[in-house]
Amino acid sequence: MDNNFIQIKNLGKTFASKDGKLEALRDINLNIGKGTIYGIIGMSGAGKSTLVRCLNFLEKPTRGTVIIDGDDLSGLKDFQLREKRRDCAMIFQHFNLLMQKNVLDNVCFPLTIWGMKKKEARARAREILSIVGLTDKEKAFPAQLSGGQKQRVAIARALAGKPKILLCDEATSALDPQTTKSILKLIKEINEEFGITVVIITHEMAVVREICTDVAIIDDGNLSEYGKVIDVFSHPKTKEAKKLIMDEGREKTGWSDSDSAGNPRLIKGGRVIRIVFTEHSSFEPVIGNMVLDSGYPVNILYANTKNVGGIARGEMLLGLPKEEGQADKMITYLKRRGLAVEEVTDYVE
Amino acid sequence: MWNENIIRMLFEGTYTTVYMTLTSSLGGYLLGLPLGIVLAVTSNKGIAPNKIIYKILDFIINITRSIPFLILLILLIPFTRFVVGKSFGPTATIVPLIIAAAPFIARLVESALLQVEKGVIEAAQSMGAGVFAIIRKVLLIEARVPLIDGATITVGTILGYSAMAGVVGGGGLGDIAIRYGYHRYQMDIMLVTVILLIVLVQIFQNIGFLISRKIDRKKV
Repeated sequence: MDNNFIQIKNLGKTFASKDGKLEALRDINLNIGKGTIYGIIGMSGAGKSTLVRCLNFLEKPTRGTVIIDGDDLSGLKDFQLREKRRDCAMIFQHFNLLMQKNVLDNVCFPLTIWGMKKKEARARAREILSIVGLTDKEKAFPAQLSGGQKQRVAIARALAGKPKILLCDEATSALDPQTTKSILKLIKEINEEFGITVVIITHEMAVVREICTDVAIIDDGNLSEYGKVIDVFSHPKTKEAKKLIMDEGREKTGWSDSDSAGNPRLIKGGRVIRIVFTEHSSFEPVIGNMVLDSGYPVNILYANTKNVGGIARGEMLLGLPKEEGQADKMITYLKRRGLAVEEVTDYVE
Repeated sequence: MWNENIIRMLFEGTYTTVYMTLTSSLGGYLLGLPLGIVLAVTSNKGIAPNKIIYKILDFIINITRSIPFLILLILLIPFTRFVVGKSFGPTATIVPLIIAAAPFIARLVESALLQVEKGVIEAAQSMGAGVFAIIRKVLLIEARVPLIDGATITVGTILGYSAMAGVVGGGGLGDIAIRYGYHRYQMDIMLVTVILLIVLVQIFQNIGFLISRKIDRKKV
């Protein structure tokens, strides 16, 4: 496997704005392996959309460069760059289909730009439409389709030219959770079946968790952490990574200082820990036993057991009792059971 | 007074007006469409911004647009004579009509093309489309509804301008209205020409709006 399929080198992008300069990206270095599904995650405004646009030079970086499959993009002439972009198909949050053309012509669009004969292009388009499951919609216009169907058309359009890379810019952010799942499943199938390297830009941890093999975290224009999804999720090292993973937990559980009935939480202001289960322990009632043993309750702030990158894994955020010594006892108890325990000190409320 | 001659004159006037309007619109688009495309492409919001080209065209268009048509008509008499050999009659009127319509059309085309969503253009760029491919396969296609609407407005405007050509003996309904209504105070004939002009404008507009509604795929 080619681990340096896409190389991002010392990449920086500065925008000139009215109030001076805006540094969107600072010195990003990242290698993306062939065949991976690489998630790039960050808050809005972190610079991730700029980063993905730099990958195909839609946005010319101010500093540094991108090397794709051995070709340094900054060294290419305009026409060579346009040729190179055929290898890097892109899909978008708002689909960006031609509204005045039907589904079939939308899928043919890149092919006709490249000078393929109409008949040939249509045959290829029909082939792809059957892969994304829209054969019966070829005569429909985008305005008649649902969001999920539109994104399928966009994916078909992206695949029509047999790209090596698929760049997804917040491709599921305009879709409901159910549709998001089906689109992600399709992307995964494409990755597996055609060996297309996928780069996914998102602000949703759930997307990364669902299909990515690798993840990079972008915060305020900096690359703060990257690695295999399983590693980053189990042991986030940086504050930014922890915050992102934490925020997802809060979003999912709707965790706040009081429960739905407005009663104050049992434990407030106590220490918070993150526990990571391995496949051996995730089905043992460890927490229950701990509570029974100690006689003190704990507050489960967030819990999730998932199949991450092919490995069954769970994690849990616990609010520990404030009573003197109890928290330490519990941490020791959990560690003895072979669980990875980590204190969350910078929990953002 | 409603003899055969008057009726024939009104028929011919209507025909002349339609002829002048449609020919000038066509000529106006031959000039204005490329101009509008260049404006939209070189604008700072366009796909290949170019300040110098944009500023020059913008300046010329603004100047031409500021000259009232009646004055442009007179101003252009030597040029018209040079191009068509005479300075009066319907064909001679077409020359100043085209000159007046082109910048107007260019502005309408520019604004229509700039309405095309940035995302679709970006998608085309990500596929490796160059400037010309984007103009042909994205801008002109996606903007076809505002383009047709612009053409409808253009035809109506030129029809109005063509009536002014009566002042220099341009022919058509406007000419008749000025000769009979203004010089001879024959209100009845003038009223008929006004009604004919209104009917013509309505016909052109309805055709235009019908086409634009028919080709719009954005509405389900």
